Amino acid sequence: MEKLRIAILGSGNIGTDLLIKTLRSPHMECTLFVGRNLGSPGMLRASSLGVRCSDLSIEAILREPECCDLVFDATSAKDHVYHWSLLKGLGKTVIDMTPARVGTMIVPAINLDGCHEHQNVNMVTCGGQASIPLAHLIGKVHSEISYIEVISSIASRSAGPATRINLDEYIETTERGISTFSGCQKVKAILNLNPAVPCIDMQTTVFAKVSEPQIDRLRPLVDDMVRRIQKYVPGYELIVPPVVENERIVVMVRVRGLGDYLPSYAGNLDIINCAAIATAEEYATGREADGTTRTGDRYATHPDQ
Amino acid sequence: MPRILISDPTLRDGNHAVRHQLNADQIARYAAAADAAGVGVVEVGHGNGLGASSMQVGESLLPDADMLTAAREQLVHAKLGVHIIPGFATTKRDLAPALELGVDVVRVASHCTEADITQRHIGYTRDQGKEVYGVLMMSHMAPKEVLTEEALKMESYGAEGIVIMDSAGTYLPSDVRERITMLVGALGIPIGFHAHNNLGMAVANSVVAAESGASLLDGTARGFGAGAGNTQVEVLVAVLERMGFPTGVDLYGILDAADLAERELLPVIPYISSVSVVSGLAGVFSGFAKHVERISKEYDVDQRDVFFELGRRGVVAGQEDLIIEVAVQLAQARRDKSCAPN
Repeated sequence: MEKLRIAILGSGNIGTDLLIKTLRSPHMECTLFVGRNLGSPGMLRASSLGVRCSDLSIEAILREPECCDLVFDATSAKDHVYHWSLLKGLGKTVIDMTPARVGTMIVPAINLDGCHEHQNVNMVTCGGQASIPLAHLIGKVHSEISYIEVISSIASRSAGPATRINLDEYIETTERGISTFSGCQKVKAILNLNPAVPCIDMQTTVFAKVSEPQIDRLRPLVDDMVRRIQKYVPGYELIVPPVVENERIVVMVRVRGLGDYLPSYAGNLDIINCAAIATAEEYATGREADGTTRTGDRYATHPDQ
Repeated sequence: MPRILISDPTLRDGNHAVRHQLNADQIARYAAAADAAGVGVVEVGHGNGLGASSMQVGESLLPDADMLTAAREQLVHAKLGVHIIPGFATTKRDLAPALELGVDVVRVASHCTEADITQRHIGYTRDQGKEVYGVLMMSHMAPKEVLTEEALKMESYGAEGIVIMDSAGTYLPSDVRERITMLVGALGIPIGFHAHNNLGMAVANSVVAAESGASLLDGTARGFGAGAGNTQVEVLVAVLERMGFPTGVDLYGILDAADLAERELLPVIPYISSVSVVSGLAGVFSGFAKHVERISKEYDVDQRDVFFELGRRGVVAGQEDLIIEVAVQLAQARRDKSCAPN
């Protein structure tokens, strides 16, 4: 079986953790790990794993476009817009890990099947991956949600410089995702960085205001959804099942990571990366199934903007 | 003696004490009184600042714009200030419109070890030609060296002053002295201090800050603020005057403003409740008080246990959702205990 050849752009926490996960996948191989500094911790880790590295940033892929079929962009929202302008013409499938919101948002537990139609897909945000499936179910069970709010707390050490500089985009993109998948127009997202030592696990809370909360109908769907997410994010756990508190629905989850690059507290890293791997595997297996070749005009009929 | 700028967040921190329900008339009347008294900055808004109205920390009666407009119309000499925490508020949705409405001073706040999340908001405010301060909240959670490094980051982003907050009201005077002394020595911009009164130290700690070189102090009318309240501004002004620190604030004016606040704004004058003492000792954000009170009642658990458990977990401002989790856990533990065979 021919593996999907992937390149990772960005050698920070996200990029490096993704690398370790791709090495475990039977469906893909990382042919190039790209950053800006060969001495960075992520780059050193990649070299030690025997992965080919470059410090030429996007230029590395432009010089050698045939090196990969799919690119994970784990840089920043601003950089992604530029990278996409170049990768699009090369026909690369791009999984955008930043909150740039260029492509269609994918939350594997909900719309993984849809990814094939798109050349650029966006993984929303860590908080989005944790909360959107729950918000989606609340929207499904109730005819109308008047307001929904999601709060994620993550350990400071798990938030690298790009995450910190992109807080506004994090909020905007998470809100867009919640709104798209829940059907609720009035949405608010909040992110807390917590420096407590030992580091806290990622935790996400969803609050929703509905006229008549239907907890009994919601509960089994949430349990089922949690199991579905656990298939690709093993550390996803329901810690406060749906309850009505102070006239609002509250659901709370905790996400522990696999401890690949950062320790297990960095569930935020894990959940978005596991979602991205699940998406890449979907591309890889879909490609095997339909026999398309790697240099592709496969998006010719479904051009993204 | 060096001049001390009095910055008055009665209409912002005080909002914590009334679940963010201050109305436009209250805001206008107090803003006018504080302006007449000669305070330097009148800070207005939801207790957690711009864009913070939410189920997580409480929904405010008025949108940010209405609160700012109500105060703006009354201010002649004092500057209009806002508090903003990246992660709650965004530049586009919250900060830009606030500047449009005539905000003069923006205080960009982060938890004390997370200064780098303030870079863009500080930079944006500077670019718009407004005055900008960096604020390090829950400053007791970092050693003074770390606090100084974080303050230096904010200075490098363009902050024109740094305020450290004792958000949990946990400091003793010696804690304040060592931190302010180090910051004043390391930075080239003014240093400020914002106290809470959980352990009855707010005025004393503010005085120590001034003696250690701080040139900006926060104080609120009757101490109107989260938890046990803040430094009582009218007392602070009187004490500073007696010590010979010029503030530019008229004593009678600020006493009148405080009387007005007591009459028009405060359902209860802040006092140090038993729970506030525990909250201060546990080092938990003062803004948690109302939530802990409500949730502890709902789950029939001891508020004091909830505070100590939150403190043990090192929670920070913005993590109010954890109160529910802790209460559920404590209630469960008690059930398990009572079910256990003897």
